Amino acid sequence: MNFKKQFNEGLLTKNPVTVQLLGMCSTLAITTSLFNGIGMGLAVTIITICSNVLISALRKVIPSQVRIAAYITIIAGFVTVVDLCLQAFLPALAESLGVFIPLIVVNCMVLGRAEGFASKNGVLASAVDGLCQGIGYTVALVITCVIRELLGSGTFGGGLLNGGEGIRIIPAQFPAMQMVMPVGGFLVLGFVIAGSQALMKYLDKKKKEGVK
Amino acid sequence: MGAQILGILVAALLSQNFILVKFYGICPFMGVSKKIDTALGMGVAVTFVMALASAACWLVYNLLLIPLNLVYMQTVAFILVIASIVQVVEMFLKKAVPALYKALGVFLPLITTNCAVLGVVLVNVSEGYNFLISVFNGVAGGLGFTLAIVLFASVRERVDKAEPPECFKGFPIALITAGLLALAFMGFSGLSIF
Repeated sequence: MNFKKQFNEGLLTKNPVTVQLLGMCSTLAITTSLFNGIGMGLAVTIITICSNVLISALRKVIPSQVRIAAYITIIAGFVTVVDLCLQAFLPALAESLGVFIPLIVVNCMVLGRAEGFASKNGVLASAVDGLCQGIGYTVALVITCVIRELLGSGTFGGGLLNGGEGIRIIPAQFPAMQMVMPVGGFLVLGFVIAGSQALMKYLDKKKKEGVK
Repeated sequence: MGAQILGILVAALLSQNFILVKFYGICPFMGVSKKIDTALGMGVAVTFVMALASAACWLVYNLLLIPLNLVYMQTVAFILVIASIVQVVEMFLKKAVPALYKALGVFLPLITTNCAVLGVVLVNVSEGYNFLISVFNGVAGGLGFTLAIVLFASVRERVDKAEPPECFKGFPIALITAGLLALAFMGFSGLSIF
């Protein structure tokens, strides 16, 4: 198993958010503060790892006609576990993410990894794949969060640093409120994806020059 | 009751639009919005499934989960109900209205993973709507979804002919277009009838 390749794929070349465009709903909706981004990223990562492991272990048992229904049931089970744990131990995060925690069930990234990877590969490889894709998802989320929070509320690390207020970088009267509203989600994610495409092109070019 | 229904309709179509304000169902919104026809087909199918799912899940929640004290299993129960509804609708259309079935094609099974459907059901439950209001909320949410996806598809057909910078080609420019559409819908945000 090629851990480095899988990691690279999850983080950049096959990043679930910026390249495969999976799980966009949560990416757009909750990326308003660093706390949300990290929390959502970790929740999705844990669920992807768990469901990948279980689905990969059961891949020879589940008949292929009903596999999607079986996958969704398995994923829904893990989402319920994470949802209840968050409500019990991190009520602030559960409150802030709201309906988007149960909606992880229909996050296409989790189902996409189940169908695209876990159903064809071994348990260990699937766990690593879940971890790498989860990290890629979290990184994309955190980048979007940081930009949106900085432009929209003028702070960094809201809900996490400085007693939940975040560190103020832009004075309170200047930030553009729109950036933490839906508009900002679409615009910032558009620019983040454009940025990652430009970065990949640049790396590609550099690699080719290196080969020469 | 009349005022509540009107309020829900206005909210679902404009001020609380499912896609552009609440971010439900972004995947089909980005994926199936290249042509107006397919966008409209997707919208109709989603509206239909959302209405059915709202009704079925209300019954399951109130007649099954609450009496049995299984409310914590709601996510699992709802997704199973939605998946089976989509399956039934697919089989029914195949037999009864083959033309529509052909037109919708691959979009039908995809509706299972449309978070607008699960989203509207979860909203119905958390708001404590009664049966009729729940079903109406499903229909209204579906109409809002259809409105947004058809508008977006119409804009996108034109954007495709434009020449954005290299790294913005494809999805980034589509997302920015959606952002501008969301900005327009923000203008409705003060609108509410209650």
